[in-house]
Amino acid sequence: MTKAIFSGNEAIARGAWEAGIKIASAYPGTPSTEILENLVNYPGVDAAWAPNEKVSLEVGIGASFGGARSLVTMKHVGLNVAADPLFTFSYIGVRGGLVLVVADDPEMHSSQDEQDSRNYAKFAKVPMFEPADSEEARVFTRLAFEVSEQFDTPVLLRSTTRISHGKSIVNLEEQVTGLPEPCLKRDPAKLVMLPGNARKRHPLVEQRILDLERWGCSQPFNRIEEGVGEVGVITSGISYQYAKEVLPEAHVLKLGMVYPLPKELIRSFAARCKTLYVIEELDPFLEEQIRAMGIAVIGKEIFPLCGELTPGRVKKALTGAEPTVAYPLQELLPGRPPAMCPGCSHRGVFHTLKQLGAFVTGDIGCYTLAALPPLSAMDSCVCMGAGISNATGLTKVLPAAEKSKVVGVMGDSTFLHTGINSLMDLVYNQVPATVLILDNRITAMTGRQDNPGSGYTLGGVSTTSLDLEALCRALGVRHLQTIDPYDLPLTRAALQEALSTQEPSVIIFRRTCMLERRGGAERRPPLCVDPEKCVSCKACLNIGCPAIEWQVEAGPKGKAVVNRMLCVGCGLCRQVCKFDAFGAADEK
Amino acid sequence: MKNKVTNILLAGVGGQGTLLASEVLSEALMLAGHEVKKSEIHGMSQRGGSVTSHVRFGPKVHSPLIPEGATDILFGFELLETYRNLPELRAGGMVIANDLKIIPTTVGMGKDIYPADIPEKIRAAVPGAKVINGLELAQQAGNARTVNVVLLGVLANCLELDEQIWLAALRKQVPEKFLAENLRAFELGQNC
Repeated sequence: MTKAIFSGNEAIARGAWEAGIKIASAYPGTPSTEILENLVNYPGVDAAWAPNEKVSLEVGIGASFGGARSLVTMKHVGLNVAADPLFTFSYIGVRGGLVLVVADDPEMHSSQDEQDSRNYAKFAKVPMFEPADSEEARVFTRLAFEVSEQFDTPVLLRSTTRISHGKSIVNLEEQVTGLPEPCLKRDPAKLVMLPGNARKRHPLVEQRILDLERWGCSQPFNRIEEGVGEVGVITSGISYQYAKEVLPEAHVLKLGMVYPLPKELIRSFAARCKTLYVIEELDPFLEEQIRAMGIAVIGKEIFPLCGELTPGRVKKALTGAEPTVAYPLQELLPGRPPAMCPGCSHRGVFHTLKQLGAFVTGDIGCYTLAALPPLSAMDSCVCMGAGISNATGLTKVLPAAEKSKVVGVMGDSTFLHTGINSLMDLVYNQVPATVLILDNRITAMTGRQDNPGSGYTLGGVSTTSLDLEALCRALGVRHLQTIDPYDLPLTRAALQEALSTQEPSVIIFRRTCMLERRGGAERRPPLCVDPEKCVSCKACLNIGCPAIEWQVEAGPKGKAVVNRMLCVGCGLCRQVCKFDAFGAADEK
Repeated sequence: MKNKVTNILLAGVGGQGTLLASEVLSEALMLAGHEVKKSEIHGMSQRGGSVTSHVRFGPKVHSPLIPEGATDILFGFELLETYRNLPELRAGGMVIANDLKIIPTTVGMGKDIYPADIPEKIRAAVPGAKVINGLELAQQAGNARTVNVVLLGVLANCLELDEQIWLAALRKQVPEKFLAENLRAFELGQNC
C-alpha cells in the first residue's frame, strides 16, 4: 500500500476522490480552503468555488438529486450561511451520497468566533464523523459517502484546525468502481418538501437517528482501547490524541461518529470505569448527552470551555500542574501581529477614512487588519456581508449630524458572498450611507482564491468576470465612483463627496492584491528616504507599512528608513509626507 | 533519543520558507520509517506574523502539538522568534538559530524595542546553541532564498538520517529548476 504524508485537508480530498465524487463545491474559509484546492487536481472531479456556502451546498444537493456523489466544504461560520438548505435536505435525504465537511477553528487562529459545529449534527438530525488524524480523515470521508447512501442522509464530517492543517501518514487506496451513472429521476414525494410531504419525511428522520445509533455500537470507528486501572476516557477527534498523550494507561472509548452516540457501547464502557472523563474541545457536546443517560462523568468542570486543548492544558486540568519551563524569559518581548502587506491597496483607503473621522462598519477579510493600530480605522466586524447592512441600521437610528459619518466596507469576495443582498436593501430603502467595495481582484485572506469577479475558475480556466459597476447600477445605485486607491488625493475627494451625498453612494476602490499570482499586481522600484528632508514628524508611520522602519539612532529624534527588500514602490508614503522626503531610489 | 518521540519546533516569520523546511523534514522522517506528525497554522497569522511549525517523530506519535516545554530541538529562522520560543525547550535541549533580525511593525514604528544581544542570551541559556549566518551561506549556494535549506542542513547533523533520504526528500519537495542550488545550500549547512 502506498504511503504519503498528508494534511487533514489533503486526506479529505483524497478520501472524497477515492469515494468517486463527481462534484465538489465550496466557498474558501480557513481552515477548510485547501480541500478544494487539492481536489481540483484529481481527474474526474468538477471542483469549483461558489460565491457562498449556501450556494455550494445547494450545488451539492443538485448533484445528489442526479445520483452523483458530491462533497461540500466550509469553515464553521460558513455552515451558518448554509444552514437553511441543510435542515430541509436532512428531511429529503440523498440519491447520490453527499458529505458536508465543516472545519472548526477552536482558539480562533483565523476566525471571528469558535462555535462548535457538532451542535449542527444534533440540530439538523444528521450523522457526524470526526477524524483524529489524516488517515482517519481519508477513511472517514470515504466511509461517510457509503453511510450517506445506506441511511439516506447527508453526512457531516467535522474537522478542526489541528486536523485540517496537521500532517500525518496516510495509506492511499484505489478509487471505488461501479457507481451508477447520474440521470434524471423524478421523485416528488421525496424531493418536493411541501408540508404534506415533509410531514411524512420527519418520522423517517427520527427513525434514521435511532438506526444510526444502534448501528454505531458495532462499528470499528467507535472503538474501545483497553488500558490498565479504573480510569476511563470518552473522547473524539484531536482531543483523543491529547488524552493518549497525557493518560497513556487509561481505558479509552474513542468515538469516530460523534452524533448520534452509540449509547449501548457507552453504557457498557462506563460500567467498568470507576472514574470517567469526557475530554472534548469547546462545548460539552458529548458530556451533556452522556450525563442525560444517567452516567456520572467529569468534564467541563475541569476542562476549559474556551479555546483549543493542548497536551499541557489537558494535563493541567487533570493534575493542576503547570508545564515546567526550563528556560524562562527574563524580559517582555515585542509581539509580531499580522499586518497588511507593503503595497496593499486597502492601506490608503483606511488612512483616509481615519482622517475623515468616518465610523466604519466592516466585515471579514485582510482589511479587517485596519482595526489594528496605527490605522485603527474599522469600528465593527460581525460577519461576511454585515458591513453594508450594519451601516443601514446604524444610519437609520443616528441623529442627522452623525448619519454622514457611517461607511460600510467590504471586499470584492465578501460583497459577492452576501454583500449584494445588503446593498439591495440599502438602495431599496434609500438609506443615505456610503458603501465601499475594496476590489482587489481576489479572495486574499484565505490565500488568493479566485471568485466570480476575478475572471478565473478554481481550475484556472478563464471565465466571465462579473461587472461590479453594472451590478451596482442594476441594484439602483445612482451615485457610483470607481477609484484607484493608490491615488490618495482622489481617494479623499471621492470619500468626501460620497459622505456629503444625501442618497446611497458606492465607491469601488480597484487595485490588484500584491499577492495575486497572475502578474496583475503592479510592482514599482523601491523608494528611499532623503535623511536631509526627513524632519522626524513620523507622519509616514501612521500608514502602518511594514516597509517603513524607524531608525532610532539616526539624528536626535530618529528618522524613517525604507526597507528595500519589502518596499514595492506603491508611493503611499510619498503622498503622506509633507516634506517630500520619499523619492525613487534611482532619482538620487 | 531512539525509543522516544523527538520534538522539533520550527519558529520564524510568515514568508520565510519555514513551510518548505518543515515539509522536507517530515518527508525525510517518513522515508526513514518513523511515524511523523506536523502541525502549523495558516491564514491570518501568515501576514507577516509569528509562525511556528511542530514536527514530532518516533515509533508512535499521538499529539501533533509538542507538549509545552518538551521541545528537543528549537529550530529558529529568526532571532526574536527563536528567543520567544526558548521557554518551549526542555532542559538539555538543542537550539539551532539563524542569525537574522526581521523587525516587527511595532518596532518599526518606534513603539517597541528589538531585544539586544539575542545570540548571546541564547548561548548563555543553552551553551551548545548553534547560531548560523544562513544568509551568507545561502548566497554562497547561489540564491539568498535557500536560507531555509541551509538551516535544514545544519539540523540534519543532529538527526542521524541517511544522506540519501535527505536528498530524496529535497528532490520531492523542491522544484527541479531550483534543485541544484538547494542541494549546495544543504551541503553548506551540513558542513557548519
